[in-house]
Amino acid sequence: MQDSMSFTPQLAASSIAQILWLVPAVPMLAAGVIALLKQPRRRLASSLSIGSLAISLLIALAAFGHVLAGWSQGHSVRETVNFSWVQFGASTVDLGWVLDPLSAVMLVMVTFVGLLIFIYSTGYMEHDENYTRFFCFLSLFAGAMLGVVISNSLLLLFMNWELVGLTSYLLIGFWYHKPSAAAAAKKAFLTTRIGDIFFLLGIVWLFAQTGTLLFYNDGLGSMEPMALNGLLVSKAALGLSAATAIALLIFAGAAGKSGQLPLHVWLPDAMEGPTPVSALIHAATMVAAGVYLIARVYPLMSAGGTMSAGGLVAGSTTTALTVVTWVGASTAVFAALIAVAQNDIKRILAYSTVSQLGYMMAGLGMGGVAVGMFHLITHAFFKALLFMGAGSVIHGCHEEQDVRHMGGLRKEMPVTFGTYAIGMMALSGVPLLFSGFWSKDAILASAHEWHAGRGPFYMLVFGALLTAFYMTRQMSYVFFGQWRGHGHAHESPRVMTAPLVILAFFAIALGIVGTPAWPWFRGFLEDRPAAFGFGGFNEPGFLPLVLTSTIVVFLGLGLGWWLYGNKSPRADEPDALEKAAPTVWGWLRDRLYVDEFYGLTVIAFYAWWARVADWFDRRVWGGIVAAVTTSFRGLAQFDRFFDTTFVDGTFDKGCEDFATGGGLLARVQTGRVQTYLRLLALAVVVLAGILIWSSPR
Amino acid sequence: MTVVFWILATLTVLGGLMAVTLKNTVHCALALTVAFAGLALLYLQLDAQFAGFAQILVYIGAVAILVVFAILLTRGSDTPREGIFSRTWFAGLAVAAAVFAVLGWAILQSVDALPHETATPSVTVMQIGNALLGRYVLPLEIVALLLTAALLGAVIVAMHEKGESK
Amino acid sequence: MTPLAGYLLVAALVFAIGLAGALTRRNAILVLIGIELMLNAANLNLIAFWRYGPHPEALTGMMFAVFSIAVAAAEAAVGLGLVISIYRHARTADLDEMNRMKG
Repeated sequence: MQDSMSFTPQLAASSIAQILWLVPAVPMLAAGVIALLKQPRRRLASSLSIGSLAISLLIALAAFGHVLAGWSQGHSVRETVNFSWVQFGASTVDLGWVLDPLSAVMLVMVTFVGLLIFIYSTGYMEHDENYTRFFCFLSLFAGAMLGVVISNSLLLLFMNWELVGLTSYLLIGFWYHKPSAAAAAKKAFLTTRIGDIFFLLGIVWLFAQTGTLLFYNDGLGSMEPMALNGLLVSKAALGLSAATAIALLIFAGAAGKSGQLPLHVWLPDAMEGPTPVSALIHAATMVAAGVYLIARVYPLMSAGGTMSAGGLVAGSTTTALTVVTWVGASTAVFAALIAVAQNDIKRILAYSTVSQLGYMMAGLGMGGVAVGMFHLITHAFFKALLFMGAGSVIHGCHEEQDVRHMGGLRKEMPVTFGTYAIGMMALSGVPLLFSGFWSKDAILASAHEWHAGRGPFYMLVFGALLTAFYMTRQMSYVFFGQWRGHGHAHESPRVMTAPLVILAFFAIALGIVGTPAWPWFRGFLEDRPAAFGFGGFNEPGFLPLVLTSTIVVFLGLGLGWWLYGNKSPRADEPDALEKAAPTVWGWLRDRLYVDEFYGLTVIAFYAWWARVADWFDRRVWGGIVAAVTTSFRGLAQFDRFFDTTFVDGTFDKGCEDFATGGGLLARVQTGRVQTYLRLLALAVVVLAGILIWSSPR
Repeated sequence: MTVVFWILATLTVLGGLMAVTLKNTVHCALALTVAFAGLALLYLQLDAQFAGFAQILVYIGAVAILVVFAILLTRGSDTPREGIFSRTWFAGLAVAAAVFAVLGWAILQSVDALPHETATPSVTVMQIGNALLGRYVLPLEIVALLLTAALLGAVIVAMHEKGESK
Repeated sequence: MTPLAGYLLVAALVFAIGLAGALTRRNAILVLIGIELMLNAANLNLIAFWRYGPHPEALTGMMFAVFSIAVAAAEAAVGLGLVISIYRHARTADLDEMNRMKG
């Protein structure tokens, strides 16, 4: 997207870019230090963790300020620090990091939201005996994610990417004594691994094609026009260019991490981890990594399309982006449908995350980096808010997660209720005030302009309706009606509610930077000046769109309130929707049978293959091995016979002879010196006799 | 072949014979001294005055005395119960005879090749001293070392062990 | 018969007598006496060969004999010391009763 920009790129790396590596390094270092701490050093562990991330936040803010200053002066900032890592033969593998608007925005978001989650964790995990270990993993997780963000090399990104995968495994399975948590961790790891295989293939292919894995390297990087043009020319199979094929492979990796449609199954199960982990995974780090990756390789994704300043010409597309769009839109609707029929408070949010990630992908596919990233950032704030609010609810309800066993909490937990409501409205996209509205609206607008098909637009509008509906349902269940749980609910401690309030503030305020009146965020990411003005509202098609989405949102809210509001159904009572359409409800409750489908297809196929391999192993290889064994045993039997009969016989005879000879010789050893002397003399005589006899006369 | 030689040869051989055949060990030691003296005289006869006097000093003056001391210190076994000769004396005698036979035969075989009377070499003690401290200085030193070691060794071997009841 | 042959015969005879003594006597000291006789016989040989050899002025043979005498003195000292030690240990100098060297 940078190839046609109107500013001159600033090439020399500033000092802030030089030390950018500290942003991921400090939390990672903290993780290493915490790993060495003893279990009871809880306060030190959490202080180290929070302190390191605070340092990262400061550096990130400085970097962001640097980029902002450059942008406001009218030149784009893209500073890279590259170094050669290994060299084999003629080719080198370079690593490096990059400071540009995209990474700066992400850095600030990840460090800020991460910091709030860390602080919240000190309250949430207070009674956990593995507190120290938790903060170790958390720091490593944040460090790895920050590493993904600053990477200027696909390889370095991949390394951090895998670190994110590893730490997510560790954190999801943090309560590993719970079998479901262990299984969820395994599932998350294996499912993302499927995507990562394709990702790795894409990396290797890209390296083979361009000889570099750096994104930007003064015109020599793989995301810069020279390499992209080469990729467009070279053909892969099925009439695709290498650029498209590699882009799709990388997208497969991103889909695994970001829970896109075929590979989304791990994300809801990841709820088994502690709630702060869910918040971190779902909001700031792991799933955002996939979207960020697509944003990072957007030049590759959009290669070959009709370009304008800041990306593709509005409405046009490329093969890769079309795939991204359709996958994203399908995921958005699909996950929203499932979310409608879930009863676990965190599981509803998890499917909501999957759905919103679909929005982000669709936004990237249709509207470009700024649209997708804007939704990523706003979503990070309000989804972290929602998850932490859910955690607060769970905490207050004595580890109860089923929404049917809650109710009426707005009185007992006023702060949580207030902040949760803000998060819920931001997610639903309640107009004008909430950030989620503006970011979702931007996606819908770009979908509306998209020329390659109307499908995504309608799907996303339907998704928005569902989002508003299921969030209303959840709110009704949790905060309205009568208390249906056990014991007495209580408000969470200050250390948990304070981050909620801060996040709630941002869930509203962030919308300002992305309204059509002041498209600051878009301008920042796309290196265009952003002017404040209400001209954006007057663009043709804007008002109908806003009206449409407003109507859709309120329709969803009203429908939800009509079905669930203040009803406080008993736990064993069927859901309001279930009464209306039990079959469809059953499907949705069972998550549209995707897991079962995988169980019957992929896993059954693997099981079948395993059985075939097992049979093959037992019968064919086992038979061969058995035959070889038998023949060798026969040979050994013969050998033994031969050995005992002939070899041993000879040997024993020889030994006996030696023993007899030794016995005879032992008699000479009388122990009397005179015998020895006599023998000596005799020997002299004999030798002298021989000498004289044989000498010539 | 002078008469002196024959007398000295007879003296030496008789001394040797008596030294190994006499019953009383002290007598044996005395006969040994006679044999040593005969040999010393034979050295003088061979114009090896230095070796002759060394023979007298070392053998008669030291070794013979040592033997007498050893005999005195081992007085307990002076009276043999089963005779002075060992049980295998015949075999020993036969072997000794065989050795003499071989040696004598070898000498007689080569008697024609042996050199005859030669000029008497004039060897002064000074020459010997020069040789000892010149060409043979290293062997001399080694012998000195050997003698010291033997001295110490003999003392240690023969010394009473501590705590040994005596 | 040359003078040298006479000396050699005497030496051989003394050697044989010494050997016979060493092989037949029961007393360890007498065995040592026999060994001394054999050594002296060898010395006589050395000096006789020196005297009738081609280069008597080189002193080689005589020097050999002188060193041999010195070594024999050491040997006698150690040998007699050993005999005394054994005697003190076994209360006998009878070699027929000393068979501890049997393997």
